[in-house]
Amino acid sequence: MGLPEFWFILIAVLFTGYFVLEGFDFGVGMLMGLIGRGDDNKRRAILNTIGPVWDGNEVWLLTAGGAMFAAFGGWYATMFTAFYIPLLIILVALIVRVCAIEWRGKINDGQWRRVWDWCIAIGSWIPALLWGVAFANVVRGLPIDADAQFTGSFWGLLNPYALLGGLTTLLVFLTHGAVFLALKTADGLREEATAWAARLSVVMTVVAAAFLLWTQLAHGKSWTWVPVLIAAVAAIATIGFTWTKREGWAFGATSIAIIMTIVTLFGCLYPAVLPSTTDPAYSLTIANTSSSHYTLVIMTWAAVLITPVVLLYQGWSYWVFRKRISADAIPPSIGLASLRG
Amino acid sequence: MDVVDISRWQFGITTVYHFILVPLTIGLAPMIAVMQTVWHVTGNEAWLRATKFFGKLFLINFALGVATGIVQEFQFGMNWSEYSRFVADVFGAPLALEGLVAFFAESTFIGLWVFGWGRLSRRIHLLCIWMVAFGVNASAYFIIAANSWMQHPVGVEWDTSRDRPAMNNIVALLTNNTTLAAFPHVVAGALLTASTFVAAIGIWWMARASWRARQLRLAAAGEAAEVEETTAPSLVDASPEQLDNDAATMWRPVTRFALWLTMAAGVALFLTGDIQAQIMFKQQPMKMAAAESLCETEHRAAFSILSIGRQNNCDSITHVIAVPGMLSFLADHRFDTEVKGVKELQQQYAERFKDNPAHAGQNYAPNLFVTYWSFRAMITWALGSVVVAFGGLWLTRKKRVVTSRRFAFIALLMIPAPFLANSSGWIFTEMGRQPWIVAPNWVDDLDPLRVSMLVQQGVSNNSAGVVLGSLIVFTLLYGALGVVWFALQRRYIREGPAAPGEEERKLDASDDDKQLSFAY
Repeated sequence: MGLPEFWFILIAVLFTGYFVLEGFDFGVGMLMGLIGRGDDNKRRAILNTIGPVWDGNEVWLLTAGGAMFAAFGGWYATMFTAFYIPLLIILVALIVRVCAIEWRGKINDGQWRRVWDWCIAIGSWIPALLWGVAFANVVRGLPIDADAQFTGSFWGLLNPYALLGGLTTLLVFLTHGAVFLALKTADGLREEATAWAARLSVVMTVVAAAFLLWTQLAHGKSWTWVPVLIAAVAAIATIGFTWTKREGWAFGATSIAIIMTIVTLFGCLYPAVLPSTTDPAYSLTIANTSSSHYTLVIMTWAAVLITPVVLLYQGWSYWVFRKRISADAIPPSIGLASLRG
Repeated sequence: MDVVDISRWQFGITTVYHFILVPLTIGLAPMIAVMQTVWHVTGNEAWLRATKFFGKLFLINFALGVATGIVQEFQFGMNWSEYSRFVADVFGAPLALEGLVAFFAESTFIGLWVFGWGRLSRRIHLLCIWMVAFGVNASAYFIIAANSWMQHPVGVEWDTSRDRPAMNNIVALLTNNTTLAAFPHVVAGALLTASTFVAAIGIWWMARASWRARQLRLAAAGEAAEVEETTAPSLVDASPEQLDNDAATMWRPVTRFALWLTMAAGVALFLTGDIQAQIMFKQQPMKMAAAESLCETEHRAAFSILSIGRQNNCDSITHVIAVPGMLSFLADHRFDTEVKGVKELQQQYAERFKDNPAHAGQNYAPNLFVTYWSFRAMITWALGSVVVAFGGLWLTRKKRVVTSRRFAFIALLMIPAPFLANSSGWIFTEMGRQPWIVAPNWVDDLDPLRVSMLVQQGVSNNSAGVVLGSLIVFTLLYGALGVVWFALQRRYIREGPAAPGEEERKLDASDDDKQLSFAY
């Protein structure tokens, strides 16, 4: 294995980190509109389960983007231009979501909070859907010409396979979020979250199985049956664990399902990074988009030295806030009474 | 407008917007860390109240800074993909390092700081805010290293097989003298911004508390009408003595700290700006000439205080007031150094790039109007902070507190000044680099004819309509969020810190089963 292959794997790892971590906080954001309806204390408890960690989770995306730029500039350049409109929508959603989470509790006013609750919901549903659409399109391939230019249109990205991919990430994150919520809350909230997780896990398993099977049959290699099957087992295990209310195990299972889905997608891609549907000869590959050896060596040293430290303190922050949160124990709002005054 | 212009507008608007918020957070994080450290060491509750108060303002800004930062990274691939392809080997590295070294630290530790009050030990909790301060500044360093490479590429060789520069020396990239000059300048600008912000709010609160104390005394003596109602916790039930005490023992020290920092940042800005000017004279002579709208080469080049010119055009410019020899002095610390003018530099560039068909008819001069005025705006606005600092230090000398509501109002009015100075500085730096996205490096042993790129060569193959659509979306979104951001900050500033005694009571009360103190 050379350094370009190592970086291909590392980028898969960074996206996996992003989807496992931000996956659950997208899920929690989506569930805020479903579980906490009409009860602000519940909503605040739900939001506080991700409060200390969601910002750190989002950095996985930024680092994945930076790593793509540094290690495979051609891949980064073509992919980000091809997905111009979906990425624009994702950016708008993420911006609104960040502001909504931070600003929601700053003013203690029903109207104010309702508006931001909508923003949190939209900001969570949209990226959860669009990331799947984008990654399914990467695996499926895009119309790319000899100069690595995207020649397709936005509407071409909305093909049935990609939409199924979007529905899959949506349901996986929703389930993952429900399981996380069940793991992080107490009392009534925990009951509700467990019930949602139990129902969602069934739907998720069906849809994800369809998507993974389609992926494997259309783009798979013989060895990618392994992650597909592990993902399937993990999804089914999620059903079992949520029905028997073992949240910790269920969270492990949804995490494995996400990890194995990414392994499958990147495995199907290899050694391409962005196949061309115009002509396979135009496909972007690890070889023709990677940076020079020197850059990869430097980046590898940086990653090897710094990543363990990052994992250590991120892990520690999860440990510090490991306690379950109950809606009854939420303190009175610290927000100001109104925006005027 | 074609796709190049729209993409440039989009990058300009999103960057200036992002950089309105960022300097405040870069400067405010270490200031809050110092405040918390003083509380930690002395146990003086005033500094705890200040820490929490400015911490909330920090968070309101931090959210929007983080949110708009994602756009910055994505835009290189979305709008400038040819540039990204060309420079990925070298430009991507500092961006990835920023994520690994800076973003993870600041975003994880801000979560720990916000939710960790009363849950982490005080020492570890203090470490968290210092990690945030380290993260935001490390972030600035890597971004400036990346930007400086566009101003002055180093650490690369020409890769013939791929037809693009390949990095061969990361140390050269990270110790680019352009970076080493720009980074302290930007940090000083950030400290100036944050310290002006803290000082102005401190002065206004000092005046407000002492004004209220006087009103209460007059009302008690029956000499004045009723005292206005307020919801601010530190004012509501406070007696005149408590208010005076608050002004003298909380707001005065916090304000003095900020004012001295403003002075120090002002001096640092002056010194680092001087170093930058000399580097710019050697590395980017066209930017130097454009900053001055200097069209003809001069030996004792003058620095003009005022010029009149209708357009971006050498023929229409008239220098009205000028200091002889001053520009030469800025460039080289000698009054008789030759400073090349725009016309001669244009000819030199045209001669050097005459064999490259992509450069046919290229104008190598940046927009003179914008560079001339943004350079002067930067200096003028920065002086606004220094004026407040002088006034504030004078009025608070020998244990005095500020009682002048007029001066407090002026201090508040000056809060935008350093923000405008920062923005003007960046507009100058970036517009002065035009028409280059990667400026050629004539100074070092590098291949400037190949390791350089014109802006129009870097743009993505997008349709103008799509980019225009996204420009409109970002402008409207940023505008709407900007209104909320302003309203929230104004409201929180008016509300002020907790009443004396309150923060310590809350900290003591929060045993492990209590909930998160800054909770959403």
